[in-house]
Amino acid sequence: MKMPAAEQEILNQRDVLIKEFCDFLPRERVIADTPSLQAYDCDALTAYRQMPMIVVLPDDVTEVSKIMAICHRRNIKVVARGAGTSVSGGALPLEDCVLLAMARFNKILDIDYDNRCLTTQSGVTNLALTEAVAPDGFYYAPDPSSQIACTIGGNVSENSGVVHCLKYGMTTNNLLGLELVMVDGSIVRFGGKHMDAEGYDLLGLLTGSEGLLGVITEVTVRILPVPETARALLIAFNDIEVAGQVVGDIIADGIIPAGLEMMDKFIIKATEDFCHAGYPLDAEALLIVELDGPVVEVDYLVDRVVTLANSAGANSVQVSSSEQERMTFWLGRKSAFPAVGRLSPDYFCMDGTIPRHQLPHVLKRMAEMSLQYQLRVTNVFHAGDGNLHPLIMYDANQPGELQRAEDFGADILKLCVEVGGVLTGEHGVGVEKRDLMTVMFDQSDLDQQMRVKCAFDPEGRLNPGKVFPMLHRCAELGQMHIHNGELPFPDLPRF
Amino acid sequence: MPEIYRPTEPEQLIDLIHWAQSSKTVLAIKGSGSKGAIGHPVPNEHVLDLTGFAGISQYDPVELVLTAGAGTSLQEVETLLAEHNQMLAFEPPDYSTLFDISSFDISNQEGKNGTLGGILAGNISGPRRFFAGAARDHFLGFKAVSGRGEPFKSGGRVVKNVTGFDLSKLMAGSWGTLAALWEVTVKVLPVPEKTRTLLIFGFDPKQANQLMTKAATSPHSISAAAYLPQTLTSRSAVSYLSSSGSSVTAIRLEGPAPSVKYRLEALKTLFGIDAPPLEELHGKNSSTFWCEIGNLSLLKPNPQDQIGNPLNHIWRLSLPPATGWQVLSELSKLGISDWFLDQAGGAAWLACPKTINAGQIRDSLIAQGGHATLWSEGQSLASANTRDNAIEVFQAQPEPLAALTRLVKASFDPAGILNPGRMYQEL
Repeated sequence: MKMPAAEQEILNQRDVLIKEFCDFLPRERVIADTPSLQAYDCDALTAYRQMPMIVVLPDDVTEVSKIMAICHRRNIKVVARGAGTSVSGGALPLEDCVLLAMARFNKILDIDYDNRCLTTQSGVTNLALTEAVAPDGFYYAPDPSSQIACTIGGNVSENSGVVHCLKYGMTTNNLLGLELVMVDGSIVRFGGKHMDAEGYDLLGLLTGSEGLLGVITEVTVRILPVPETARALLIAFNDIEVAGQVVGDIIADGIIPAGLEMMDKFIIKATEDFCHAGYPLDAEALLIVELDGPVVEVDYLVDRVVTLANSAGANSVQVSSSEQERMTFWLGRKSAFPAVGRLSPDYFCMDGTIPRHQLPHVLKRMAEMSLQYQLRVTNVFHAGDGNLHPLIMYDANQPGELQRAEDFGADILKLCVEVGGVLTGEHGVGVEKRDLMTVMFDQSDLDQQMRVKCAFDPEGRLNPGKVFPMLHRCAELGQMHIHNGELPFPDLPRF
Repeated sequence: MPEIYRPTEPEQLIDLIHWAQSSKTVLAIKGSGSKGAIGHPVPNEHVLDLTGFAGISQYDPVELVLTAGAGTSLQEVETLLAEHNQMLAFEPPDYSTLFDISSFDISNQEGKNGTLGGILAGNISGPRRFFAGAARDHFLGFKAVSGRGEPFKSGGRVVKNVTGFDLSKLMAGSWGTLAALWEVTVKVLPVPEKTRTLLIFGFDPKQANQLMTKAATSPHSISAAAYLPQTLTSRSAVSYLSSSGSSVTAIRLEGPAPSVKYRLEALKTLFGIDAPPLEELHGKNSSTFWCEIGNLSLLKPNPQDQIGNPLNHIWRLSLPPATGWQVLSELSKLGISDWFLDQAGGAAWLACPKTINAGQIRDSLIAQGGHATLWSEGQSLASANTRDNAIEVFQAQPEPLAALTRLVKASFDPAGILNPGRMYQEL
């Protein structure tokens, strides 16, 4: 993975930067010694590592603003980091960057039940938001699997998806407001407690912008009343295609489950060995369907899903009858990654989305690729929304395997695009999928995205090396292709 | 001499905008023309009519995704969706009764309630917005030509996607000032099995707002909540309202039949009301009522009222939901009596004499936060030539935000040829 070259002019300013930061930050919040910097050398995409030049730990928005202003004046690269749980390398540092670690932005600022929203600093963990309002019967709906650790600021930057997003949406659908520090240190607020903030929807643009447009310091999220109950179904099939068909049948029947997950035979066995959730080991595919709402609604829909599953020829259907049993059904699915981690020294988790009806074709092609690359692959699938997570198992200590795994992963994502899907459903582009962006986008598509980047960050100092295969200079992107002034299409319909 | 251009191929659209950009020719972008009354009139220049990009190109109900030309009429989209028991969950309103559409040069009758591209470009949503999200939340991807004359696309044809910047959000609510959309993809959802609307008569705005807050913060998943004073209930086509002689608070429940039944009873218990002044609307009446709310049709005075009330402005106020009544009590001091609350209090719609100026309306929001948009200057001012350019239709943004907005505009349309001034004078 090629990252932008370190700039000597930046490296030369290291000591003077430390001094300037220490003018307003206590020394322990400006980290520059190698052992301490090592703690920040990667995020959850551990295949790529790089120590930053300096780490700073600001306490409030004024400090972030000052840091950004200094870096702007000195033309220093800045990478923001929440909890470092990105699986696409979104928080991977650069050798010549200042890493803004937002861990101290850990205060929830306002809970407003009447307006169903919560305002928080951006370094608060996702789970802490729900915990803060749970005693009063509320929750924050998007719950990424890393929710114990991941921060809301990181969720916004990545537009994190979740198991429940078919029904409750992604992060972007649950946000009301943001406070952002721009590259020059200015502080801008977007939205608030009201809906549909006026003017361009910059809140929507910023969500999922992967740290390329500014530093998020405060977030206002929508909170929801907790549904009365939730029940899960565990449905086993001896044919993965039939499992896919049942997913379609459920949706065609007008049911939007809160969760709809599919697992293949390999992962069923792996998780069963790992955590003994009681999954049927003879199944080729397993569906977990979760329904939530009032008890009468959930019971009614459970019956309908049972009928659909049985008439499609499911091997077995289990319905949770207690909260404990529901959690057990999920246990295996939630342990999928560690379970695979135990079976293989290393693995890559891919994240493409496909139109659901393409699943059989994509699985067949993946099996062929597995033979071709001589690497094992297994699949967990957010079946409701077509978001596929193939896990490619490899051993980085075997010469050439990392490269083969990367190539295999790239081929899978190309396949996703080929069948009408996209490169990433919820993990983000980061560095991991950066060089594949041209598979999905033409140069003119990327140019327009990069022009938007230029509107926020004309010098390209924020999170360089992420998302775009090659960031063009803003001046180049701004050039206009001047026509001769004639309308060249004489047969255009006019009235 | 202003002309109307109606390209039917993306290449034509590219060439046209390329030419306009090179020759600094302003283009007013238009779909069916149904939202022509919203925003400042674009200087009297050439019209870029996008209805040539019509037709649904891809729809697989089970994938919950539909792709169509931006100029496809909403009616065509909604008819096809209905055949498969699906819908646009953001409940696009139909303003053809509100605006005097005969003066807007509607291309054809089918387009009278607008195009799919138009509703997305305006980010316009109906009563279900606070529950199911706005138009922007259902806008998955598009193909467009920027003001530079360059084709580009963003998003995709799947419901879950974070690849690259989410430019669909930027297009939604940009009113054609950034790019000309020619193909759009939206998320669609199943039509709820059953709908019931609970009516509670006789509450004042504060009581009603509190009741709506109570419902919205309960686990009973209400999908719409509105409050109408007696002036407006008298105009409803639903006899339960028009004959009530009082204000009404309306709360909608949708979902599987047993669930709706259960939640209806649960709400009554929550409110501590189980007898009159309480009523239920079923089927047709319920849908008529929510169309009246979404389409703002009750704000249009009855014909016999018109002489005394000919120059109403229609304002949309977006505010923190629990504060709706407080803002209204400020506004009532100005003598505004034609108004209602939607979105469980998160939106207030006003029809008021044009003598009440934008500053007075916007001042009422300062304490609570939010913003006000001049949704229509009233039918007699509908013609572009006579509309009042001095009023800020969209609320002015504070400077750091305004500067950013200008930069974003320039990144798409540096020559300022697409719908200049429609949103803000300098944009």
